[in-house]
Amino acid sequence: MAKKITLPLTDEIVKDLKSGDEVLLSGVMYVGRDAAHKRLVTSLDKGEKLPLDLKGATIFFMGPSPARPGKAIGSAGPTTSYRMDSYSPRLIAEGLKGMIGKGMRSQAVKDAMKEYKAVYFGAIGGAGALISKSIKKADVLAYDDLGAEALRKLEVEDFPATVVNDIYGGDLYEEGKAKYKKD
Amino acid sequence: MREIKTDEIIKTVSRLFEHSCHYLPDDVLATIKKAHDAEESPVAKEVLGKILENADIAGAEQIPLCQDTGLSVVWLELGQEAHIVGGDLNEAVNEGVRQGYDKGYLRKSVVRQPFSARVNTKDNTPADIWTTIVPGDKLKISVLPKGGGSENMSRLTVLAPAQGRQGIIDFVVNRVSESGSNPCPPVTVGVGIGGTTEKTMMLAKKALLRKMGEHNPDPEVAEMEKEILEKVNKLGIGAMGYGGRTTALAVNVETHPCHIASLPVAVNMQCWCNRHEEATI
Repeated sequence: MAKKITLPLTDEIVKDLKSGDEVLLSGVMYVGRDAAHKRLVTSLDKGEKLPLDLKGATIFFMGPSPARPGKAIGSAGPTTSYRMDSYSPRLIAEGLKGMIGKGMRSQAVKDAMKEYKAVYFGAIGGAGALISKSIKKADVLAYDDLGAEALRKLEVEDFPATVVNDIYGGDLYEEGKAKYKKD
Repeated sequence: MREIKTDEIIKTVSRLFEHSCHYLPDDVLATIKKAHDAEESPVAKEVLGKILENADIAGAEQIPLCQDTGLSVVWLELGQEAHIVGGDLNEAVNEGVRQGYDKGYLRKSVVRQPFSARVNTKDNTPADIWTTIVPGDKLKISVLPKGGGSENMSRLTVLAPAQGRQGIIDFVVNRVSESGSNPCPPVTVGVGIGGTTEKTMMLAKKALLRKMGEHNPDPEVAEMEKEILEKVNKLGIGAMGYGGRTTALAVNVETHPCHIASLPVAVNMQCWCNRHEEATI
């Protein structure tokens, strides 16, 4: 049974999440990928105010296809997360609590997740049509010039995801592979 | 000499991209269904079930299967008896891409300068266009909207001829293993062997267009495809890397003669969302 979770995330919520748990996320999350991450970290380096409050925030690594008229968003599946690895530890240290993407994270990101109590969720790559059904509202928050890569704010309801990395060092990719590997 | 109008090429390219981003080929869907039914891991089975549900939603509601509607890869096989009229052939293909990505609400995922400014071209052009001249008077157009996640896992190596069959198998299996969850498994593994290196890469990519269930006509190559698939599916990576029995749907190997000193091998993977279509005009 999937756990229902209301965003933003807190220490209380993440301590009950274990790698392999299925979750349904509701509330507000943010969307950013390569170029938006670069700008966020550049702003932090310069001491500028960010366009979002990172405390307890969840960022979905995604760049949507254009919305058809009357729709909140187009296809909206995760992108591969390792490209954000060089930026994520900095954002986690600033309060980021959740990340949603697909694919393996670096040791530095996993260490930061343990230290600052943040989690990494996997969403089904390529299932952008299915995932879009859980997105009720989408607004560009900043970096509009980046098009599909702009920073967005989403309102979601029962967004389907799976806990990949928890705050205890659990890693679904390693655990799942070990379980089904044949020699 | 038969005339082929560029207007018709534009319309066809546009339609192929728009359609392929919303509908998976039947053979791909059937292979995913089979993997779903056979999957032992409950988590992977759930993922494969959602992938099938996603395909239903994409078609019914005209939402692209995946938000990454790819870089537009186009193969043209142009009959030497055909004459293109009405404009530039490559420009016609790019105009088709422009129109298809606009009409289909597909994501524009191309940046003009690859390493610094990275400003989006806003219409998904230019396409990668590969043209060969063949006998006949027709034009065959094959399209592959190639997503970045799987493309980034591509690798090329040049083995010593002494490494032979085993060296090839080890390289391919290792590549799939290292890629893990990144290319959205269960993947289709395209493998090119032979040629000089740019030819090797092309063989690997074009191998992705092959129909599921078909093997290389050379029995020795077909045997190797089966062996690699079996080894890959023992890795345990499974759907989306959550652990499971199906890491690849197919392994397609294409070969070409090569230099006496060389044994080049390339891997190009396609995510489970193995979109591709073709038309002949």
